[in-house]
Amino acid sequence: MTPERQKFLNDLATLLVDGSPHAVALGFKVDDVGEGDAHMRLPYREDLVGDPETGVIHGGAVTALLDHVCGLAAFTGFGGEDTPATLDLRIDYMRPAEPGQDIIAEAVSLRSRGLVSFVRATAHDGNTDEPVAIAQAAFMITNASKAAQDRARKAIREGDAS
Amino acid sequence: MSEPLISTLLETPYIAGLGVEFDHRGDELTGCLPFRDDLVGNPLIPALHGGAVGAFLEIVATGSLIVSQPLDRLPKPIDIAIDYLRPARAADVFARAQVARSGRRVANVRVEAWQGRRGAPVATLHGHFLITPKRSDD
Repeated sequence: MTPERQKFLNDLATLLVDGSPHAVALGFKVDDVGEGDAHMRLPYREDLVGDPETGVIHGGAVTALLDHVCGLAAFTGFGGEDTPATLDLRIDYMRPAEPGQDIIAEAVSLRSRGLVSFVRATAHDGNTDEPVAIAQAAFMITNASKAAQDRARKAIREGDAS
Repeated sequence: MSEPLISTLLETPYIAGLGVEFDHRGDELTGCLPFRDDLVGNPLIPALHGGAVGAFLEIVATGSLIVSQPLDRLPKPIDIAIDYLRPARAADVFARAQVARSGRRVANVRVEAWQGRRGAPVATLHGHFLITPKRSDD
């Protein structure tokens, strides 16, 4: 990949995370993004705990991280042109995350063609061989996401013109 | 029913932070996720974050398991499958669950979430949860 292309993907990834209020609220960070793959991180925070007895992060926060990282992989899998919407998301919670550890999620688009993208992801807390959760998801370019994309492009064009 | 466990669930930092509310009558429970700006995933549509909706469905599943029978501990998710049927708009979300089967260790739950119209669900969840029922001789 050319450095220009990598910069384009990095800028888009940052936009798609920092531009998403819920991702910001949960503290998501992008570690790496390529053509059809993405690595993100959920830094450990006590206000995300789902079991006060153990200090383990709530499954819902992991669900949101997996949804976002899969969406990012689908987005770059489509070439970074259209933001797809989640069709379905299936998650297996293999074990509780280690309290105090960041949760790292890695997603890869298995196929992104036409309107549909198939993505697989793993979440772990340091060791990829011992996943906390695994996910499989399908994404789709919808009319709503296309319309939003057109509005964004229009806003960018008008911003450039002014 | 396990009233203290419902309070434990709602007071959990993540769930309290998300702002989830329960309308709980007998063994029936309706969850509400009141709209807030920081629940938005894509501000251009604007649509709620799929992860926030998914997490809410999971919490309603957990709450419904707690009100359906006496449990010793909070149920733990084993696996979940979420279908997104419509974009969740910038508005409150409601959800109700049905415990399809509840055994000695595992329960199978289905949850449906809607916004304006109950007949137009925005997302559904189907999942298995690990449960620890109170023993009848306790």
